[in-house]
Amino acid sequence: MSAGKIRKVRPHPSQNEGLIFEKSSPGKAGYKLPPLDVPQVDAARLLGDSYRPDLGAMPEVSEFEIIRHYTRLSTWNYAIDLGMYPLGSCTMKYNARVNEVVARINGLADAHPYQPERLSQGALQILKTLSDYLLEITGMETITLQPAAGAHGEMTGLLLIRAYLASKGNPRKKILIPDSAHGTNPATAAMCGYQVENLKSNSQGMVDPAALAAQMTEDVAGMMLTNPNTLGIFEEEIHKIADILHEKGGLLYMDGANMNALVGKTRPGDFGVDLMHLNLHKTFSTPHGGGGPGSGPVACKKFMEPFLPIPVVMARPDGSLGFDYDRPRSIGRVKMFYGNFGMHVRALAYIMANGYDGLRQTTEDAVLNANYIRKKLEDVYEVPYPTPSMHEVIFSHRLQSRQGVKTGDIAKRLIDYGFHPYTTSFPLTVADHGAMMIEPTESEPKEELDLFIDAMRAIAEEAQTEPQTILNAPHTTRLSRLDEVTAARKPILRWKP
Amino acid sequence: MMRYLPKSPADREQMLREIGAASIDELFSHIPAEYRLNRDLKITRQLAESEVVEYFQQRAAENTAGYASFLGAGAYRHYRPVVVDSLISRGEFFTAYTPYQAEISQGTLQAIFEFQTMICELTGMEVANASMYDASTAVPEAVMMAARITGRSGAVIARSVHPEYREVLATYSQHQGMPVTTIPFKEDGRVDMTALAPSINEHTACVVVQSPNFFGTIEEIAAIAEVAHQKGALLVVAIAEAVSLGIVKPPAEADIVALEAQSFGVPLGFGGPYAGVIATRERFVRQMPGRLVGQTTDRSGERGFVLTLATREQHIKREKATSNICTNQALAATMATIFMTIYGREGLKELAKQNLAKATYAAAQFDKKGRVLFSGAPRFNEFVLQTRDDPYAINARLLEKRIIGGFPLRKFYPELGNASLWCSTEMTTREQIDVAAEAVQP
Repeated sequence: MSAGKIRKVRPHPSQNEGLIFEKSSPGKAGYKLPPLDVPQVDAARLLGDSYRPDLGAMPEVSEFEIIRHYTRLSTWNYAIDLGMYPLGSCTMKYNARVNEVVARINGLADAHPYQPERLSQGALQILKTLSDYLLEITGMETITLQPAAGAHGEMTGLLLIRAYLASKGNPRKKILIPDSAHGTNPATAAMCGYQVENLKSNSQGMVDPAALAAQMTEDVAGMMLTNPNTLGIFEEEIHKIADILHEKGGLLYMDGANMNALVGKTRPGDFGVDLMHLNLHKTFSTPHGGGGPGSGPVACKKFMEPFLPIPVVMARPDGSLGFDYDRPRSIGRVKMFYGNFGMHVRALAYIMANGYDGLRQTTEDAVLNANYIRKKLEDVYEVPYPTPSMHEVIFSHRLQSRQGVKTGDIAKRLIDYGFHPYTTSFPLTVADHGAMMIEPTESEPKEELDLFIDAMRAIAEEAQTEPQTILNAPHTTRLSRLDEVTAARKPILRWKP
Repeated sequence: MMRYLPKSPADREQMLREIGAASIDELFSHIPAEYRLNRDLKITRQLAESEVVEYFQQRAAENTAGYASFLGAGAYRHYRPVVVDSLISRGEFFTAYTPYQAEISQGTLQAIFEFQTMICELTGMEVANASMYDASTAVPEAVMMAARITGRSGAVIARSVHPEYREVLATYSQHQGMPVTTIPFKEDGRVDMTALAPSINEHTACVVVQSPNFFGTIEEIAAIAEVAHQKGALLVVAIAEAVSLGIVKPPAEADIVALEAQSFGVPLGFGGPYAGVIATRERFVRQMPGRLVGQTTDRSGERGFVLTLATREQHIKREKATSNICTNQALAATMATIFMTIYGREGLKELAKQNLAKATYAAAQFDKKGRVLFSGAPRFNEFVLQTRDDPYAINARLLEKRIIGGFPLRKFYPELGNASLWCSTEMTTREQIDVAAEAVQP
């Protein structure tokens, strides 16, 4: 193994640790409740048949064991705090610590969603200010912060389209989705009662307006388009796309997963988009948390406003803020309470820390980083689409697959070089499922990019000289490649005593 | 200059040179000129960190800090041991992505596996997923899952289920050909069993109840399950107050449980983020929505964990997926895992028992000033109080004593008149209860 080439990392011991249940024994405890200041009750008598005598295999461990246990587990994770996380369309950027601090301030963190409105003015003001900023950033006119994640925003968006078209007499039957789209798009369309019609990308990796015009009928409610698309390419004919849809009465929905390429440089509301979702956990820096929570606000043009989910933040005649529930044309509620408020706080803190100039510089640096990587690797990895890249760059494994080395293998080998893998095998439009999708974000300094480039170049060389090293990677992790086939065939989904 | 951005002007110039671009705007030149934004965004200037903190402290001050509260109704105030935030604040947890790359994500994967195990143990189910957004969206996902399993389309839901869960179900079901029928509660606040059987027909995929229900009352799960199963429908049980599981028998007769785990160490946070979860029978696992972590081995036989059964999910199945869910509530689920570990087998029981004792004491005190409804059935930590005075007027009196009163039910249950829903947890003191009871009817 060519460890001599690896400059970014070296192995160090990591602690072994079993499951928490394996550390448990009766009589240990990590809690202490204060003495009860009201009379004890006989729970068995009060609850009768509903009384539960014991809690089975729940763990019994001391506080320090809990600290050690989860700290040890944490050291087995890669994280953006450790290094570059080049997952495409995931926007793994720095999660500012001040965001975490302000989200935990008393009065915000302990605010009950049903506390009286007059005691919630601060929270309402945060929702209002974030809404205003997001509208200015997107060029849209009205917004809901309720959706909990991107896919949830998509659902909200399609329900809005449906409600709007139904109000015009016909909700229509189909949603057009380009073949490069994220899987949530078609899954969402199906949940909203729409048939999915795929739209083939052209050789530039873009939507072909002529093909779109041919497929666009009065059965089509709208189109879900990611822009820049999942190839990192700006849909240059975006306005023509919007016009084709609008001429036949359809709407243009934009998946805002890649908004990090646009903030401060161009606005979807200005280039013909009718509604879109944002991923606050991507573009606006709320932490991914190992898979969530996220937040997926949906911003729209004014004509969608009557249909927004309830409740909507409004200004009352006395100048105070409140929630408006009296909206008879609303699509209904998509989530209890008001959305993932804690994420709204963090996103607003991010926007405030950046200001207009910081946000623009962020976008510029994100695009600069992706293009730098492209330039430095395009002689060793194939660029399947010649079109200019924005915030992410797509290579294919075509040159390496001749040696039997595929995108997933190169990704695993990157781990040995100290990096999290890029997104593999997506988008599906790249031949042979060979996509290598790299989004560095603005958060990477030049030194980290150079190390990544060196690693990728070294792996390209290994593909020619010692492909087996790549095929068996990773070599330096606690565990080697895991048996996913058996995991799926005979699922073990919980620990048993 | 912006403090999060790690590049000097010289770095940028050098990179542009190497790319072969004359200026940064050249990299944006394929955006048609007419759509380029040639002005500053009309948002704030850059704020210093101290100014950001100051802004949010001011907003927090406009909220309620320092009030005692009797609000529950789907969002519960429990003590959060400091260990929870201390551990989830490790960057390796909160700045990690979804654990698709198992070899460098074992920490998150094992924590979720422990979460799934504890949720199974507490709910009496055999499998649990890695989390859903919250219980309000887990309920419609459970209904959709029941429809896939039974090949039927409709749902029967109890009116005693959280009104906002029912609203979200209405939103999700409206375009999926899923008729939803609502059944009433009887005089003890529980599902009206005489209305249940006739409401289920050959198109009913599931019956949905909540226990403890929205009024804090514990439903007769076994009896409801029997009726549902006799007619070929599944039983979905929603649980809003997870702490109840410490002392209330789990809904083992249910087919699907839609649990809200907010009570397990997740801040109230003005309504989110929380942590929903779906748990079910092993035989239904391939119809579950959401991510699942499974145990496996690596090439040398070491135990490890991976995301598994992904063929149910949107990134593989696209429009044929079980759900569109992708991002979930992983970090909130991790908070819940740590909370459950801290309290553990004995602590969760003692915690639940304290909640029961506080609510029992509160109900007795309030019953002297009004009338506690639905007293014929067992309750956990909430109860419904009927009062002579308008509950908004009562709450206005209480606010002067820095107490937030119960949740007025009129908005969702006009037939209950002046009734309001009161919650007491381990955080509620006897003194607060006594002062509040006095103010209900001076």
